[in-house]
Amino acid sequence: MDKLLFGDNQFFGVNHMSEEKARSQAMRFQDINTVIEVLDNAYDEGIKTFMCTTHERIALVCDHMRANPERYADYQFFPCMPYAHKYANAMTDHGLLGAIKHFLPDEGFIDSAVRGGMSLAKKDIEGITTLLIDAEMKMFSGLQTPVIFLQNVVVDFLLGLGFNEAFRIFANHVKTRYGAEPGFITMNMPKLLDVLESLGIDNPIVCANINKVGFRMSGGFEAYERVLKEKKFRAIAMSVFASGAIPPKEAIEWVCQQPNIESIVFGASSRGNIHSTRELVDSYWPKKPV
Amino acid sequence: MVRVAVVGLGKMGLSHLAIIKAHPNVEVAAVCDAAGYVLDVLNKYTGVRTFTDYDAMLRDAELDAVIIATPSSMHGPMVRKALDQGLHVFCEKPFSVDSQEADELAALAVEKGVVNQVGYHYRFVGAFQEVKRLLELGAIGEVSHVLAEAYGPVVMRPKGSSWRTQRTAGGGCLYDYAAHPLNLLNWYLGMPHGVGGSILNSIFSKETDDEVFGTLYFDGGKSAQISVNWSDESYRKMSTKISIWGTTGRIIADRQEIQVYLRDTARIPDGYQLGWNVRNTTELTDEVWFYVRGEEYSAQLDYFVNCIAEKRLENVNSFTSAAETDKVIAMMIADAQKGASVGNDQVLSVAPTKKRGIFSFLQS
Repeated sequence: MDKLLFGDNQFFGVNHMSEEKARSQAMRFQDINTVIEVLDNAYDEGIKTFMCTTHERIALVCDHMRANPERYADYQFFPCMPYAHKYANAMTDHGLLGAIKHFLPDEGFIDSAVRGGMSLAKKDIEGITTLLIDAEMKMFSGLQTPVIFLQNVVVDFLLGLGFNEAFRIFANHVKTRYGAEPGFITMNMPKLLDVLESLGIDNPIVCANINKVGFRMSGGFEAYERVLKEKKFRAIAMSVFASGAIPPKEAIEWVCQQPNIESIVFGASSRGNIHSTRELVDSYWPKKPV
Repeated sequence: MVRVAVVGLGKMGLSHLAIIKAHPNVEVAAVCDAAGYVLDVLNKYTGVRTFTDYDAMLRDAELDAVIIATPSSMHGPMVRKALDQGLHVFCEKPFSVDSQEADELAALAVEKGVVNQVGYHYRFVGAFQEVKRLLELGAIGEVSHVLAEAYGPVVMRPKGSSWRTQRTAGGGCLYDYAAHPLNLLNWYLGMPHGVGGSILNSIFSKETDDEVFGTLYFDGGKSAQISVNWSDESYRKMSTKISIWGTTGRIIADRQEIQVYLRDTARIPDGYQLGWNVRNTTELTDEVWFYVRGEEYSAQLDYFVNCIAEKRLENVNSFTSAAETDKVIAMMIADAQKGASVGNDQVLSVAPTKKRGIFSFLQS
């Protein structure tokens, strides 16, 4: 994995500090070309991995990358699925089962019909889950997706329920069908690591808030410090600036000192911020010998 | 260990289940839902004990507390049965669609001496708690007016019937969305002595309201306006905002941040300054033991569990306080049904509650 990954929150009106700022960003990025322009800026700074939700507008970004294969020859997507709001809203509309049916592919594939229909009837989560993953992955067809993430609302929901089997199903399907590594985003990293370990999911990729002020590090700052030191896993730090609560230099310096962190994912809208974040990471996190 | 059952496994029930099951001091002893399907899946994959019959669950499962997240119209009878058994009860909002029943249940909970709480989670949001603290400190002086808003994308097209689309079942924008800002108004200003200009208008729903507007009148000439619309797709998710005007300043707050303007006549609280002040989530929010959808969801259940463990009965969001919000909802329904009034107390002959646009006949 690259040291720096580019995230997509800023493009879709997500800002953990200010709803006003989120709205103005949503307006700015209404035009997909503006999104692509920022991704190009990041790319030209050497940040070639886009860690993104499966928001429907990402499909437009995917189209653009597919249409320009030379420009983006070494571009990678790390899809994070599902785009949770889509499902949450559908669940209010149709109930749990209705929402699942709503998102199952309905192109008439016999495979889908059998896998989905039979699974629903047998209460077999495996068939339904793999179908939903396939539905979410469709937009990335033909693009490089070496790591595929399960998004935090879902990870933490399953983690809370104790629905551990779902993690195994996700990991297996992502490996066998897409040749990708499974990744897990969470707000409860220590607890998740215990569960993944118990499932035999070895050396997992786990993306979590890791920041100097302990913002949204559930389970406690000390527990995070401990597992970073002791557990075998590949951490991706997100929310390193704690949504702006920590000055960039201080934030990056601290994260770069923590053990076991392979990557930092960050979002930015301006070339200047992308550049300065890259410079900070380069200075505090010199290239490791390969 | 507090032995808890979760009743009703819709969106809120499943969310509560995920959060409470991860609580270190809780054992989920049972879950109950009318639909067997979700229960079977849960039982198969998580091993939790399941019931389709609420009475059987109360009889057979050994419980200290229940979390009730069924459709709103079912709350009343279920809460009563749990209270009769002496169980602690956490109930989803709105508490009861019948405000008289709400009062009775509140009294019964007090009589039984059990912890009773309703899921108005905004009272556990750091920014909204800070608003309460500043008001109590008198930071913006005498409040004259509050604007309470909530918008989000829930009902975006005409659709089939479920309990959420029927007001009699406790569905609709008023019960589901407006209840939250109304509850915050109750918290900040107390009970209004009257409401006026209430508009409960349908945009897409056939049997209930999708937008809610109105005025609430409080003691001392204070007033509040409420503006709520759950058919607003320009918001990614439910967004609630409170704006408060006082004699020495102004407060604007949402889930993420609080902005406070303090005049030179204000009593400046510690950490604040003259003019604009901004504080946001990171500094206002306490960490939770387990996070799923926002600290406030975990915090309210943690509070419930701690109240039980520590035998504290002075709940935040008690049935008594939630019953106030039920009462305001009832006042607004009655006011909207009365229709708009014009000069000399004449009542408009046509109540404008069925406004559907001039081309609506084309759709019918």
